Amino acid sequence: MIEGALWRRWVFYNIPLILFVFVLLFPFYWMIITTFRPDGELYRPWNAVNYMPFWTNNPTIEHILYLFEETNFMRWMLNTMMIAFVSTIISLFCGVLAGYALARLNFPYAGGLGTAIFVTYLVPQTLLFIPLAEIIRNFQLGDTPWSLILTYPTFLIPFCTWLMMGYFKAIPKELEECARIDGASRWKAMLYIVIPVAVPGILSSGIIAFTLSWNEFIYALVFLSSPDQKTVPVGVTSELIRGDVFFWGPLMAGALLGSIPVAIVYSFFVEHYVSGLTGSVKG
Amino acid sequence: MAEVSIRKLNKMFDVTHVVKDVDLEIRDKEFVVLVGPSGCGKTTTLRMVAGLEAITSGQILIDDAVVNEVPPMDRDIAMVFQNYALYPHMSVAGNMAFGLKMRKFAKPEIETRIKRAAAILGIENLLERKPRQLSGGQRQRVALGRAIVRDPKVFLFDEPLSNLDAKLRVQMRVELKKLHERLGTTAIYVTHDQVEAMTLGDRVVVMKDGWVQQVGEPLELYNTPANRFVAGFIGSPAMNFIEATLAESGGAVVAEAPGLRLTLPGPQAARARAKAGRSVTLGIRPEDVHVATASDSPDLCFDSTVEVVEQLGSEILLDTRVGPATVVASVDPTMRIRSNDKLRLSLKPERLHLFDAETEVAI
Repeated sequence: MIEGALWRRWVFYNIPLILFVFVLLFPFYWMIITTFRPDGELYRPWNAVNYMPFWTNNPTIEHILYLFEETNFMRWMLNTMMIAFVSTIISLFCGVLAGYALARLNFPYAGGLGTAIFVTYLVPQTLLFIPLAEIIRNFQLGDTPWSLILTYPTFLIPFCTWLMMGYFKAIPKELEECARIDGASRWKAMLYIVIPVAVPGILSSGIIAFTLSWNEFIYALVFLSSPDQKTVPVGVTSELIRGDVFFWGPLMAGALLGSIPVAIVYSFFVEHYVSGLTGSVKG
Repeated sequence: MAEVSIRKLNKMFDVTHVVKDVDLEIRDKEFVVLVGPSGCGKTTTLRMVAGLEAITSGQILIDDAVVNEVPPMDRDIAMVFQNYALYPHMSVAGNMAFGLKMRKFAKPEIETRIKRAAAILGIENLLERKPRQLSGGQRQRVALGRAIVRDPKVFLFDEPLSNLDAKLRVQMRVELKKLHERLGTTAIYVTHDQVEAMTLGDRVVVMKDGWVQQVGEPLELYNTPANRFVAGFIGSPAMNFIEATLAESGGAVVAEAPGLRLTLPGPQAARARAKAGRSVTLGIRPEDVHVATASDSPDLCFDSTVEVVEQLGSEILLDTRVGPATVVASVDPTMRIRSNDKLRLSLKPERLHLFDAETEVAI
């Protein structure tokens, strides 16, 4: 908190905070208001007398209905949810085990291996999708959910591994040593002591992994082609932008509905999430 | 109930040799304290006994069985860590039960044991709490309780009191001592605090740079230190050291230093005669230095200038200058002394220690 005169608090604290919140929330507001404005208002020219971009007096749910009746939106939601969920579970499982091994088993080159895993995370997807497309085709996985369930972990596992490695390193080694003296094997000590203590870290990497795969665009765009296999980001943009015609209402409705599950997941775990990112383990 | 033997124990971390040829026989029911400055290898030694650290060479035996390759879980030991290492997601009872559950004890048996240990430590009302809801002293008790319930062959303590404030530390020290007398379990205790070592240990092992310097009962270390390091490490305030040269004059052996000329008393003279002409270090504890009176032999008196007077209530510590050396003396609290006073000091002849200046071994 900034101390001192009132003007100082406004200049250095309140005003920047308000600006920041405004910049962050305005796109959401724009998304919401566009969803509920009728087409007549959306396509009204900017110099019309009754031009009113930030509010509507005639809210409508026609765009949402359009989304459900005229497109495969429900199907896309289910696809996205299933793909994000399964690839998150796979990545978490591998990431927790790999992170634990890198942080705690003192095998040769553990440090170098950890860095190498992280480097793979830094290779941009825009380069990787070309060779990956080849692989997907060879295994005949194209246009199936498996093409994404198996490719998302290529960037999610390094991410989870790295995050979990940091988290495991922050857990006092003595906890595990004590468990092992208490009669637990290394495996049991990990299962009963280290992993329960690491739950905030596991939740945070799970949430981030889930969001990353929920929002993923390139792989989904390249590997899926039939409309009923698509995920929300790809489905909304490919089916609701036809040529140079933007169906703004349904587009924004799709974006709004598509962001709700992620928002629910975040708000559900927010306390664990924050303590996971700040790495607080109290003995 | 167990004996622990450590034979020619060595530990290397890559190229650093941290534990060197440690030999130690710990008897059944004995409380042995490993003490030394940080980095002396005491904790590493303890961790090797626990099985948490691989042994480079040598042997560790518990009850005549070599345990070098036995994993920690099968050694039947319990360890109390410096940071307590309580499982943060379990209640106090859960913490204490964990070791028993791992060993597949029956539920009623676990409950009886927890109740008994909690009663011994006075933590019955804390059993449902989580570690973060406990104070430092309470956490310490829970950590002890977790060790007690297991009824192991050996207790290992790794600086268990150093995270407590000074007052609590003294109190827990007394309780630990009582606890050991009551349970009679063999215990190995690591500390850097020589007061803890002296008060708790049946025997004390002083270590430095990976070597065992001396093993003995507390008073043995205090009265007959094997070398200069042990002499300086044990006892508070620390022993005074004065660099001097030995000389023979008229049948007596004399230690000479700037501002000081002491005729060595009989027993020391006999041992030191062979070193005549060599450099030695004289050692005398502050409590064995006193203000000279008429009855003191002039052979053991020297002049000093008082530099600092420290009033401790029960005694006065005088920092005095004797030639280039500083000599601390503990004197009667009723004496009126101010800094810059000139004082004639004397010492108890039988309490004078001599160390070889080169090897630092006691003469």
